[in-house]
Amino acid sequence: MAYVSSGVACSHVPALGVASDTGISGDDYYSPIFQGFEFSKKWIAEEKPDLIFLVYNDHCTAFDATIIPTFALGCAAQYQPADEGWGPRPVPVVKGHPQFSAHIAQSLVLDSFDITIMNHMEVDHGLTVPLTMLFGQPDAWPCPVIPLAVNVVQYPAPLGSRCYALGKSIRKAIDSYSEGLKVCVFGTGGMSHQLQHKRAGLINAEWDERFMNLLVNDPEKGSTIDHEEYLREAGSEGIELVMWYVMRGALNKNVEEIHRFYHVPASNTAVGHLILENR
Amino acid sequence: MTDKKFYDDIPGTVVFDSDQATKGYHLNQFCISLRLQANRDAYKADPENYIDQFPMTPEQREAALNQQWNRLLELGGNIYYTSKLGAFHGINFQELAGLMTGMGSTAYREMMISGGRSIEGNRYASEWKDK
Repeated sequence: MAYVSSGVACSHVPALGVASDTGISGDDYYSPIFQGFEFSKKWIAEEKPDLIFLVYNDHCTAFDATIIPTFALGCAAQYQPADEGWGPRPVPVVKGHPQFSAHIAQSLVLDSFDITIMNHMEVDHGLTVPLTMLFGQPDAWPCPVIPLAVNVVQYPAPLGSRCYALGKSIRKAIDSYSEGLKVCVFGTGGMSHQLQHKRAGLINAEWDERFMNLLVNDPEKGSTIDHEEYLREAGSEGIELVMWYVMRGALNKNVEEIHRFYHVPASNTAVGHLILENR
Repeated sequence: MTDKKFYDDIPGTVVFDSDQATKGYHLNQFCISLRLQANRDAYKADPENYIDQFPMTPEQREAALNQQWNRLLELGGNIYYTSKLGAFHGINFQELAGLMTGMGSTAYREMMISGGRSIEGNRYASEWKDK
């Protein structure tokens, strides 16, 4: 049977993708960030997941304003990197696992999560930047990816508690898949940041640290952080952090924190990163 | 008629909720259309003709043509849409933030390198009364 071995939390700042793609990840501005992921690259090379279940949000790229699904599960055989206005990122096509996706979709709906099924979807920096941070610049991504896109752009995003419950339901779906695949679950986005209007540039490092501590050690409590707190304390785009709770819900109650990294800034954003292993 | 919302008192912030999304629908569809090269070429060739395919309000049209970044948000735009218009003009997220905050790129970048805008004094609109 398939099983969940580990979880990764990771910001998906687009500038990090640009830095990697244009060969400036070693400069004074970006090297402290990429160094923070050196451990992670070695870790995942040893961990060797057979599949990554990656929770991210689309940034008005694959989804325009005509359709705004709260939870959309990728069920395609592959996902092309999207053009976000600057040309598509020069990164490999993301291969999917349609059979496993179909199983998860069915399992989720029967478990009362009425998700949207995406049989065709382009993926933006929300999905490709975390892959870059963990795998660098390979010719092909080392394993298939099942994407779950969460609406965090149009208010309200799903509640943290709902994301946490969804993670638990995803765990049930993974555990009941017949192929013996080792799965790593990624929760991406955040940390504190605000990209818009006059309060742009907001960073709340103290809050971010508290958020990570709760996520790791007391997710029941952390998942009840409400939207007002996210918006006010972590910035209007900091609400992306609800997606980390999907990842956390898919892990065991007790996890071991293998790695933590935090850095301000990448462009407008506080970069946060965790590696958690099931205990 | 608009109900009072808890986020109305977060300073310098436009929450892209259903009301804003409804107001901004055509504006945002215009912005996202620019993520494709063929549309970028068409907008570049004839901005007014291109934008008139999208039935937005005259205020939205003017704000888009004149790159009024905060006003676009107030009129129903969302940053992830308006960033596509930004990209069209060669302006990235950080440069947009420099414009929206009125700080300019250099000062804004410096603020971020120094740890960003502090949460202290920036939680409630009442704290911005003198700004």
